[in-house]
Amino acid sequence: MATPRSTASRLFSNRAFLLICLMATNIAMIVLAVLLISIFWQGWGTLSWKFITSFASRKPSEAGILAPLMGSVWVCAICGLVALPLGIGTAIFLEEFAKRSRFTRIIQTNIMNLAGVPSIVYGILGLTAFARMFGAFGTTSEDAMNFGDSESLLFLRIPFGSTVLAGGLTLMLVILPVVIISTQEALRSVPSSLRSGAFALGATRWQTVWAITLPAAIPGIMTGAILSMSRAIGESAPLLVIGGLLLVFNTPQNLMSDFAILPLQIYNWAGRPQDSFHALAASAIIVQLAVLLVFNGFAVFVRQKLQKPLQ
Amino acid sequence: MTTLPTTSAPRDLAQLGRTKSVAARVLRERLIVGTLAIAACFSILVTSTIIAVLAEETWGFFQFPNVTLSDFFGGTEWNPLLGAEKHFGIWPLVSGTLLVTVIAATFALPIGLVCAIYLSEYASARVRATLKPALEILAGVPTVVYGFFALTIITPLLQKVSPAFGNYNAMAAGLATGIMILPIVCSMSEDSLRAVPRSLRDGALALGGTKFDVSVKVVVPAALSGIVAAFLLAISRAIGETMIVALAAGGIAQITANPTAEVQTMTAYMVQIFLGDAPAVGVEYKSSYAVASVLFVMTFVLTMIGQYILRRFREEYD
Repeated sequence: MATPRSTASRLFSNRAFLLICLMATNIAMIVLAVLLISIFWQGWGTLSWKFITSFASRKPSEAGILAPLMGSVWVCAICGLVALPLGIGTAIFLEEFAKRSRFTRIIQTNIMNLAGVPSIVYGILGLTAFARMFGAFGTTSEDAMNFGDSESLLFLRIPFGSTVLAGGLTLMLVILPVVIISTQEALRSVPSSLRSGAFALGATRWQTVWAITLPAAIPGIMTGAILSMSRAIGESAPLLVIGGLLLVFNTPQNLMSDFAILPLQIYNWAGRPQDSFHALAASAIIVQLAVLLVFNGFAVFVRQKLQKPLQ
Repeated sequence: MTTLPTTSAPRDLAQLGRTKSVAARVLRERLIVGTLAIAACFSILVTSTIIAVLAEETWGFFQFPNVTLSDFFGGTEWNPLLGAEKHFGIWPLVSGTLLVTVIAATFALPIGLVCAIYLSEYASARVRATLKPALEILAGVPTVVYGFFALTIITPLLQKVSPAFGNYNAMAAGLATGIMILPIVCSMSEDSLRAVPRSLRDGALALGGTKFDVSVKVVVPAALSGIVAAFLLAISRAIGETMIVALAAGGIAQITANPTAEVQTMTAYMVQIFLGDAPAVGVEYKSSYAVASVLFVMTFVLTMIGQYILRRFREEYD
């Protein structure tokens, strides 16, 4: 406030800025409204129970999303089963056990960097590491090693190829940094007086973490976990690198099944020139957004209900 | 203040007291810490594998007869899939990426920052309670949805404004990417604005500053490192965005600053290759790894700069 200005001009800039603020905020809200309304407008007509329960088809009137919907469920389940323990474990180690050393600072910086890597690059990593296993087991499908009956639930093939297992593990790489960072924040918000209290009673570090810190941080950890899973459901670029756009006519049977996922089905339909396919894409988007809304609603619920006040 | 669960903690602690001997307890402790440390090292493994894979495949790309480093970094023509003579000059793809990113940033950075200032300094608790969830919804929308929105809503609207816009254009993709990064800019900037202590605002108000003076001349400069870090993260997201540009920006790799033109970005080229337009052993296929390396380096540098700014210029008030 170095230059002296008249009160009138200062009050004017004050008003003008408030106006700019309101405009900017309104732009964001209007965009959201237009986005939702236009998608419902385009997709509501073709959305039906039959659409959700039938398989893909070349005819728009008969096409459905059962296979991609179940594919998404499988892929995300695998992703969550691996990413959540791994990510939460990493966060516990960094926050509760590791001393502030050069090593932990490198890991911390590395995690921030991983969070910024474009998801399509993770797709390339997943393709090489999981789908092809660096070519260590041969490059053609004849070289692959099979374990078990290809119809059974426990069937396993190495290398994995473009399967739900490879897809789920690749998505795991994408959301791992998100899980780690949100868990770290949840652990940091637990006051250190609680830990000191446990130590004073003679508890070891792990006993303190298991009995005191984790229960206190669990609402925050769960919220972070749910939001990372909702990111995983919407992610499509890495899985496109692994599997391409497949027309799949089965729901997955085991970890070695081919997969289609909902966002890629949307991409497939949206990329076609015909309006009838655009309507299908919009219907699939409505389903996708509904799933996301359930996830976000659940996160809000966990945040509010699980946090019991300290008496 | 953080709230805590009460019922479980004391009982669990009593149970833990039953662990048999000190030696067994120490052993168990070691095992658990070891397992957690291995989990933490996994993230290092991921980064090194990304770098190794990209480096190895990019090296393979440069082993092809008519591919040279100077062509790749100096060439202005990129046509691996058509034409008798293939040219691998990265600049058309970089230009497409930058055009889309610049449009997205021009749209999202100012609006996002102003939204953040409004949320942090002006908005009442009730307004915040409506705006924050709306922004969270925007943040959670899958990018393929924004791509669809760009293709079916933004592009037709642009074509009404000017017939120069084609069915695929950089402007629609850029605007949709801008909408995508808007919540990132807004919520990260707001976090750092709210971290500025109240005493600074009170002091500025006591000196006779208007709300505008306080917000823009005191709070924003105090939170600048966090805001710049938010901007850099948003820009790196825009650079790496894939599905929007694959749907709406088109497929012609060209050097242009014309927002009505069809452009191909680095990510869109990778999508084109991995969708199976090229055989998996050919030079075209390998070129996508070289493009991925350039993309990785660009976003890596941006993240590092953001980290550095956060560490170096953070204002500590506690």
